[in-house]
Amino acid sequence: MRPELKIALVSKVYPMRSHTCAAEGGAAGVIKSDDSMDHHFHDTVGGGDWLSDQDAVDFFIREAPKELLQLEHWGCPWSREPNGSVAVRPFGGMKKQRTWFAADKSGFHILHTLFQTSLKFPSIQRFDEYYVTDLVVDDGRCCGFTAIEMRSGQIKFFRANAVIIASGGAGRMFPFTTNGAIKTGDGMALAYRAGVPLKDMEFVQYHPTGLPNTGTLLTEACRGEGGILVNKNGRRFLQDYGMGPETPVGQPVLKTMELGPRDRVSQAFWHEQKKGNMVPTRWGDCMMLDLRHLGEKKIDERLPLVRDMATSYLGVDPVTDPVPVRPVVHYMMGGIDTDIRAATSLAGLYAAGECACVSINGANRLGSNSLTELLVFGRRAAISAIEYLDGGTAVANETAVTAGADAAQARLRELFNRSGGGETIAGLRKEMMATMEEHAGIYRSGEGLEQACSTLAGLRRRYASIELHDKTNVYNTDLLQALELGAMLDCAEAVTVSALARRESRGAHQRLDFTARDDTTYLRHSLASYRNAGPPAIGYSDVVITRSPPGVRDYSGEQK
Amino acid sequence: MSERIVELEVLRFNPETDAEPRFQRYSVPCMNEWVVLDALNHVKEAIDPTLSYRWSCHMAVCGSCGMMINGEPKLACKAFLRAYDGVIRVEPLANFPIQRDLVTVIDDFITKLKRVKPYLVPKSDQPVEAGEFRQTPAELKRYKQYTLCINCMLCYAACPEYALVPKFIGPAAISLAHRYNEDSRDGGREERQQEIASGEGVWECSFVGACSEVCPEHVDPAGALQQVKIRSTVDWYQEHLMPWSKK
Repeated sequence: MRPELKIALVSKVYPMRSHTCAAEGGAAGVIKSDDSMDHHFHDTVGGGDWLSDQDAVDFFIREAPKELLQLEHWGCPWSREPNGSVAVRPFGGMKKQRTWFAADKSGFHILHTLFQTSLKFPSIQRFDEYYVTDLVVDDGRCCGFTAIEMRSGQIKFFRANAVIIASGGAGRMFPFTTNGAIKTGDGMALAYRAGVPLKDMEFVQYHPTGLPNTGTLLTEACRGEGGILVNKNGRRFLQDYGMGPETPVGQPVLKTMELGPRDRVSQAFWHEQKKGNMVPTRWGDCMMLDLRHLGEKKIDERLPLVRDMATSYLGVDPVTDPVPVRPVVHYMMGGIDTDIRAATSLAGLYAAGECACVSINGANRLGSNSLTELLVFGRRAAISAIEYLDGGTAVANETAVTAGADAAQARLRELFNRSGGGETIAGLRKEMMATMEEHAGIYRSGEGLEQACSTLAGLRRRYASIELHDKTNVYNTDLLQALELGAMLDCAEAVTVSALARRESRGAHQRLDFTARDDTTYLRHSLASYRNAGPPAIGYSDVVITRSPPGVRDYSGEQK
Repeated sequence: MSERIVELEVLRFNPETDAEPRFQRYSVPCMNEWVVLDALNHVKEAIDPTLSYRWSCHMAVCGSCGMMINGEPKLACKAFLRAYDGVIRVEPLANFPIQRDLVTVIDDFITKLKRVKPYLVPKSDQPVEAGEFRQTPAELKRYKQYTLCINCMLCYAACPEYALVPKFIGPAAISLAHRYNEDSRDGGREERQQEIASGEGVWECSFVGACSEVCPEHVDPAGALQQVKIRSTVDWYQEHLMPWSKK
């Protein structure tokens, strides 16, 4: 505890609105006696198709239970065993039960526990509904940032010697996503434009079970609790895609069939769709998530939100009918390039959570690792920032810093006052989303990605001519959406350019023209570096392999 | 694709350009299963980019999109168009100042939330390394319902007392204080009582119960407030009639 530190918590929304609240299933951490750190390590590394940095994974799994216990001590209402200990549930790709949960609102409770606990600390000063527009950099150090105060429209400069970004993902680049409206890659774009590479951006996770109309997530815990996925013939088709043999209905077996990893399940959907085995609905082809055998009591106790969502948004009650679902964009494995200390290549800048890429998730994140990740690396980022501050920051050239802030402000003013540009935010956004959906989805091809790269380059050029409709100051969401679109376009281009360069298939990145994993060339992280004009430059860095050489991902259970 | 034209009548107010709020009519082509938020998003995207409102999750968990819909406090993401005939009137949440259009100023709630100390004040100082505090499912059940508050403030918009007496701490903040009071791990009740059992606390509540009726998460703030009243009354009797029993 360092009460003398001055901490500004700056967010574009009130903190309890942050999208962590939508996470349902839970947070992974080894706690039960039949589990081990080794199991969690191997599940995570294999789940990530060996693109995870193994030293980071080791650090992550060791810290995981401590952070989850810390949350318990802060009051998080974890679900419990009859004896009062914390309960855990099965999750996809995990060999043991190790997912801590609070019914099916785990992220909500984690977020509110953190937010409410933060109210205890007078050294944390909040700036709610401030949109950060630019990092201010001088002499290779991050010296703060500029932000728009939404209620006044004023631009404020925050002079800070250390900055931690924890701004989440960018799912809104796609039209069909579980991500809330606020997930527009703002933090990723901030770091990217300040010269920090975006790492492994081509790895975009589809969650297999979204409601087909709204994209609302139905948690993987549906399957953890025993739900099954069937095609239009009633067949549990996952057995045909390397995740069999079939397990008894309602008795889920860990790490196989419906508890396979998300990338494999979503890819199986794609193949079944091509074969015409899916159920056509007015919102596109669906598979059916059948929970009926769990019974009303268990569904209400363990999956109340799922029942509520399916019933209200789709008109299907999972107690009486199977729910049509389809894969939906859910999570960015890639993000701001950070090291095991949550530090970026820019001195004084740190990042944690979905916006960052350490990487522990590699080419495919396992469900319930991300809530834990934001806790573990959130703390690590804070510790690193404090160490950096304690080390004595170099004296910055305050004139240059102020000039940087002024330049950021001038860019905004130019956007604000621009007229006659003719491009609209909604128009460009629609084109971006359509391109991402068509070419950067579950399966990709070189040809499609080339087209996507060229479309996005064009959209970025046209973005320079967008014109605001709303030129007033108070709570100007037209301006906000313009800035969010700029961030998404930059992130989207990093995704497609990185994906085009990775001529192999690994985890969530599947190429129709390069169907095999290629460890010789691509057992490496991609690094997209921002260039003002033109697409990012793509480089690579080594994956840290300590004790698990690349192997075969096996989701056939223990039954071979 | 559209199945129905919905007429929205939306309150507009921009403090820089308007002397007072006015209503603006939009005809929106809507799908049958849409919610009011979908219709607003269509307006924002295709008809009028100057309309301002808050939203994010579209699944009734982030608490951003509370508004008055035909005079009732609702989450716009859970207000189904199929439930309405005729013109739908959309206004900012009642009992809060309007910042712009459907965006309200919520400083009052944020300040009150902090006042009730909505965090665990541990009963014992067991270190984290010693493992979790044990809590049985029955103990969890005592307070679980009150943890579900998403801070959407619909209950404040519905509360007749809050409308009359703005200093009233109000349903959501008191329910959250009660949530921690009822947590078997907590020992902070006395600190919180100073706020919630005060004149600005539960005794302002006249038990109309509107808060519980509008709560999208079924938190039942009215129930929480009545429990706080009973507990405070017991405190009073213990203090005044049985001083020796004071813990």
